[in-house]
This record gives sequence, structure tokens and C-alpha cells, in this order.
Amino acid sequence: MLQFTRTKIILILLTCLAGFAVAMPNFFSKETVASWPSFVPKKQLPLGLDLQGGAHLLLAMDQDEIKKDWMNNLRDESRKVLRDAKIGFTGIGIQGSQLIVKLAKPEERDAAIKQLDKVRQPIGSAVLGTGGYDVEVAAGTDPGTVIVKPTEAGLRARISNAAAASIETINRRVNNLGTSESTIVRQGTDRILVQFPGLKDTKELKALIGETAKLTFHEVHPSLSAEEAKQTTIPAGYKIYPGDKSEGPSEYLLREQPVVQGDDLADAQPGFDNRTNEAVINFRFNQSGARKFGNFTKDNVGKPFAIVLDNKVLSAPVIREPILGGSGQISGSFDIDSSNRLAVQLRSGSLPAKLTIVEERTVGPSLGADSIADGKRAGIIGGIAVVILTVLAYGTFGIFACVGLVVHLILTLALMTLIGSTLTLPGIAGLVLGVAMAVDANVLIYERIREELRAGKTAISGIDAGFQRAFVTIADSQLTTLACAIIMFWLGSGPIRGFAVTLTIGILTSIFASVTVVRLLISFWLKAQPKGRIQTVPV
Amino acid sequence: MLMKYIPVFKGFDFFPHDLNLPFMRFKGQALIASIVAMAVSIALCMTLGLNYGVDFKGGSLIELQTKSGNADISSLREKLNALGLGNVQIQEFGTPNDVLVRLEEQPGGESAQQPAVQKVIDATSADYVQRRVEVVGPAVSSELRMTGFIAVAAGILAIVAYVWFRFEWQFALGAVVALTHDVLLTAGIFSFFRLEFDLSTVAALLTILGYSVNDTVVVSDRIRENLRKFKKMELNQLLNLSINETLSRTILTGVTAIAVLISLYIFGGEVIRSFNLAMLLGVVIGTYSSIFIAAPLLGYLGVKRDWSDAAAKAVAETKTSRAKA
Repeated sequence: MLQFTRTKIILILLTCLAGFAVAMPNFFSKETVASWPSFVPKKQLPLGLDLQGGAHLLLAMDQDEIKKDWMNNLRDESRKVLRDAKIGFTGIGIQGSQLIVKLAKPEERDAAIKQLDKVRQPIGSAVLGTGGYDVEVAAGTDPGTVIVKPTEAGLRARISNAAAASIETINRRVNNLGTSESTIVRQGTDRILVQFPGLKDTKELKALIGETAKLTFHEVHPSLSAEEAKQTTIPAGYKIYPGDKSEGPSEYLLREQPVVQGDDLADAQPGFDNRTNEAVINFRFNQSGARKFGNFTKDNVGKPFAIVLDNKVLSAPVIREPILGGSGQISGSFDIDSSNRLAVQLRSGSLPAKLTIVEERTVGPSLGADSIADGKRAGIIGGIAVVILTVLAYGTFGIFACVGLVVHLILTLALMTLIGSTLTLPGIAGLVLGVAMAVDANVLIYERIREELRAGKTAISGIDAGFQRAFVTIADSQLTTLACAIIMFWLGSGPIRGFAVTLTIGILTSIFASVTVVRLLISFWLKAQPKGRIQTVPV
Repeated sequence: MLMKYIPVFKGFDFFPHDLNLPFMRFKGQALIASIVAMAVSIALCMTLGLNYGVDFKGGSLIELQTKSGNADISSLREKLNALGLGNVQIQEFGTPNDVLVRLEEQPGGESAQQPAVQKVIDATSADYVQRRVEVVGPAVSSELRMTGFIAVAAGILAIVAYVWFRFEWQFALGAVVALTHDVLLTAGIFSFFRLEFDLSTVAALLTILGYSVNDTVVVSDRIRENLRKFKKMELNQLLNLSINETLSRTILTGVTAIAVLISLYIFGGEVIRSFNLAMLLGVVIGTYSSIFIAAPLLGYLGVKRDWSDAAAKAVAETKTSRAKA
């Protein structure tokens, strides 16, 4: 066991050297590393949010809202399909999670089902055989009724698409914050994780992603006010919207189908109204939006229309003349900040549904810096304690064990740098603990060597037997810890994962560093001794 | 070569190796004490409950630092209690100018948590800088509780499966009892002293499992070796011998781990203090359990005595043929 071939020695030394080279940049500042020549590895371990400071927000989409929107869309589409096919119906109503269509003539049911099949959309891939439709259309229990019902798979697909769209939108909005790189990823079906390193104030971030920013332009009912409609009946196709401003009516009766939507905006910029000196938003429609808005204003001169943001009426100005240029101005009770933010939100597009923050972990930069300092200090003091204990207990061989520990630490850092994991506070704890576990390997070996020597073995065969016998135990004990670490990684979230990664890598490197490297050192030492004169083993 | 310059000296072998402490004589008492301790821990967790942190209970945690001077906790308390956010806990955190504010989970579901935190930040922003904010909503906290529990259970199962594979079922049973003991006792101590139990405590528990089974495996390995070596030795005597032979290693590794953990506990900062405390407790409990539970249980359960290579081969063959069938 103490004989190493030349190739083996070279391989071991090369591994150590490569580890040193890869780990090296982590011991210097970013600026120093940047000035190094290009052939030197420069990759540093990125710091986790808890060390660097930053925001971690877990957002959940409002599934009910997506469902409700979809049901409304389905109702509008069904109505259109039946009208186009000239099939009479007395009503289309949403009942729970299904749409019930009451036909005027029950005998037209089959024809109606055939037409309504058009609102279905295929989902999944036909190749994989998972093909199906997002909506089921079937005859109702009562004669002359048809039921349009979203399927489970359809709903899942819809939520999944909404999440993807939300990520796009958040990305665009957040880019306007102008700070360093952010990560926005999907988690599960309906959650989105936003990570923002180095962010000082989360208030602006939260405000930016906290609103759906769905902008719509609606026709105001020409004669009826909201109060009057409430007392009598609300006309078909109209809906009552709350007002946003303190002045003006508190509620408006608007046509539910908007004339133009925020999707048709080409641009939105914050600005000031020259006359009132109020903060406003100047917007411009794209071509199709401009045409729709132009036609509408041409036909409705003298009548009011409503600008609605997230289902609240911002303002309801009267159309004085047709607006054909496709640009306009939105006023509301804005200040500079809120008009800036709204302009960003409008440019970036609306979110499919409201997002709620279900988890937040924000660390200020000063705490992060303190944590690094604490971690370093604790690591150094802990390391010194380990070195003193090991050298006291095992003499010269203890020194070799300490060299092994340094190699272990450096290789662990190198591997972490290579696989691109992040260093977190629990990660530092895992690193330090890994050192303690690596010492265990040496303790096992050295205790065993002592035992063999006590049993009367000669120096070399005692050392040899010590390594051999202890190795089985080391492998067993490290593998069980590995099992634990893998479970932690698999099931854990955030802080637990960081800890598990460092622990796993620490276990892997400790077998090389604390066993192989230490054994090599001992074989060097044996060779350096005068021939046949090893009376005492310094362990 | 360099090796000439390295001083040659023997280490201090602190351990009297011919001590042969009679551990197995006390196995009955030790087992009863452990069972009582486990029962008390379960009772504590059932009655007092665990002091769940924000991760598991939901709610918010805000760490504040004064812009200058020491924090005036009583005036802060007055100010925050006036906000009507239910029970607000305020405590000094590490240094006199750091405070930790905890809000309980606000009624009104997921969307009710953020406004409450904003209220606290607005009320304190004149005198304090916010250092850390953690908000965990009702859905996430119950998920974290669930995954934390599953992680610990899965950890125990994975270890037991490994021990079973490498040794025999008696060893696996000893390990599972010892590990359950470690987890329960740590939880019991956390419950009794009202220490905060959160995600990092779960990570600590998992690490304790790893450490404790490490000890158990070392002892088990020695037991197996001795079973081969001393075919006629009485089992209890053999177990006692194995524990004694590995005792110097057990103590030295334990001391090293404790030294590192104490350094982390004292100097590692306030944020990971509860994690380190759990680890410290766990190392002590885990060492105890591998000596006084895992090994003695083998004395009660009995083990296969024939560990010769021929017998091992026969066992392996029946195992594979069973697996094939």
C-alpha cells in the first residue's frame, strides 16, 4: 500500500496542482483576479444571496383569476360562434367551472355542439399520444342545453402558459431596474422564483411586479349611470367598474368588451401635462390599435370613454374629436414615481394574472458582508483548533494529516468552482464541518496504526495494515454520510441545498486528500529515512 | 528532500488503551434511560410543542440595525404594537444595535403578509436600516414543514438501507433506534428550551444523522471484524471489546468536531447560531447513542456468528438468487 508507481505520484500531484489553480481566484478580490494574465483560471465562486445581499421572492399566480378569465373568454367565443352559425340561444351562463348554453330550439343541439367544437383547442403533442382538447363540449342533462367545460389538462396547460408569459413580462419589467443580473425561473406549476443579487431596496421591485397592469379602453353606457343600472337591471354586455379617483363618480357602467387593450400599445412614456402640470403617461398605439381606436372615436364624438387599469376606471374623458393619430395621454392621480412605474409596466405588457409574494428572503448588503467576515473568522479559528489537536495527538503524522486537510479544503473549493455552485452561509458551515469529517478519516487510520504497532507489528507493516484496515471503515462511514447529503440536496430547499452540496463534495474529496495524499506523504517520509532504521513511528 | 526538515515526534496518546470499561454491564440501565428520554421528548413535543421559526410557522422576520447608537427596544415595542399587527416579538440580536422583529402570520392569507412587513419598515425606517427580511406565507410554510419532516424520515431510511446492505438486519435495527433516539432527543431539547426550530435545524438534524451513523458504522465495523477474529468469545464481551477498541477514535473525532462547532457557534455570527447549537447537541447525543444504544442492542438481538468467507459467500449467493427470483 505504501508503494506508489511514478505515474501514480505524478497523477496525484497533478490533481493537487490543478485543484490549486482552479481554487486560487477565490482567495483574491475580483479586481486582482481581473488583472491576471489570460491563461490563468479566473472563475470565482459566486456568493449566495445571504452573503452578497439581495432579494429572493417566490411568487404565486392567482389560479382562480386565470380560470375566471378563461371562462369569460369561452363565453364570448361561444356566443360569437353560435351567432355566426345563426343558431339561436336564450342564454350562456357560467356555473362553477362550466359554461351552460341554453338553445332557443332544442332540436338544434347537435348542430350547436358541432359549432361549439370550434372553441376547443388541441393540447399536448399528437406524436406522444397525449393529444386532447382543452375544452369538452357535450350535451347537457336538460334538453336543449350544451355544456362547455374546460378539462383538467386544458387548465394545466393554460396555467403553464400563463406562468411562461409572466416570466417574460417580469423579465422585461425588471430589466428597467437597471441593476445586475437577475434570475427568474419557474417553480412547480404556478410559481415563479425571482432572485435579485445586490438589490438594496425591494420596495420598487415589489411594486413593479405587484400589479398586473392590464390597460383597457371601454365604451361608457350612453344614457344609463351606474347607480341607475344598479336599481333596475344591468344591460347585457355591460358591467359596473369602480372608479379610482376621489373626484368624479365612484362607479361607472361600461361595456365589458374593451375597444382597445394594452396589448395594442406600441409605447408608453411618463410625462407632464403642460396645462395642469400633472404627471401623466403618453402612449402610442400600434397600427391595429390606432385603427380600432380611431374608428371608435370617430363614431363616438361627444360621448365619454373610459380608461381602465386593472379593472379600475382611471378617467372617463369626453371625446372632443376623432383621435386618428393613435397617440394619447392618460391622466390619473399619479406622482412621478408611479407614472414612471406604470409606463414601465405598460411597455412591458400586462401579466396574465395577479402575482402574490408567498415567500420573501431579503438580505441587506451589510449583513452579507458581516456574515462573510464571521464565517471566515470562525473557519480560521476552527481550522487552527483542528490543526493543534491533530498535531498534538499524532505528531509528525499529524502534520501530514493537516497537509491533507489543506488539500481537502482546496479541492473542495475547486470542485465547487468548477460545477458552478454558489457559496452560502450554510455552505461555509458545511465546509468547516467537512474538515472535521475529513479529520475523522485520519483519526481512524492513525488509531489503527497504533493498534497494529501495539500488537507487535513492525513499523512499515503496521502503517500498511493501518491504512488497509481503516479504509473499509472510512468508505462505509463516508458513504452513509453521502446518502444523507444526497437526501438533503434532493428534498431540501435553499439553505439546506447549499449545505448539502458542500458536504457532498467534501466527502468525495476527503477520501482522496485525507487518505491518498496523506499516504503518499508518509511514503515520501519513509523513503527519506535512513535504510532499515525506522525504530519509532511518529504517530 | 523536504522530508528531512519535518520534525519527527510522536503524538500524545492520551488514551489508556487497556482500560476496558464495562459498557455492556450498564446496557440495561442505558437502554431504559434512553427509552425514558425518548418518551419525555415525545411528550414535550406533544404538549409544549416545537417553537417553530418563520420557515415552518409562517409570518415574518425583520432584522433591523440602528443608524446610530444602541437600539431602544421598549420604544420600538410601543411603536410596533400600535400598528395592530397582532403579537409582535422584539429581541436584541447579537449586538445592542441589532434587533429582530417577528410578526405572526397575519390573518387574510398570502396577500396579507407583505403589507404588514411594509408597515413595520415604514414605521422604523427613520431610525433603523433593514438588514434582513424573511416572509413566509401560509402555503409555503406548510410545504416546508412537510418536506422537512420527509427529509428527516428519508434520511433515516436511506441510512438504514445502507447499513442493512453492508451488515445485517440487527445492525440496521440498532442504527434506526439510535438515529430515532438522536432526532427525538434533539427535538425534545429544542422544545424544552423553546429554541427556534426552522429549516436550518432540519439541516442540522440531517447532519447529526450522518455523524451519528458514522460513529455507529465505525463500531459495527469493529464488531464484525472481531466476530471473525474471536469466533468463541461471548457476544456481550465481544461487543464491549469492540466499543473499547474504537473508543479512542470516537473521543478524538468527537472532540475535533466539537472544537470546530464551538468555534462556529461563538464566531460564526448570529444567523447560523441555532444551526450550530443543534449540531453541538447532536454530536454529543449521537456519540452517546452509538455506544450505549446501537451496540448494546446487538447484545439483545444476537448476531450471526459465522462470518468466515465461505459463509459470507453462501449468504451472498442466496441473496442474489432470491433477487433473481
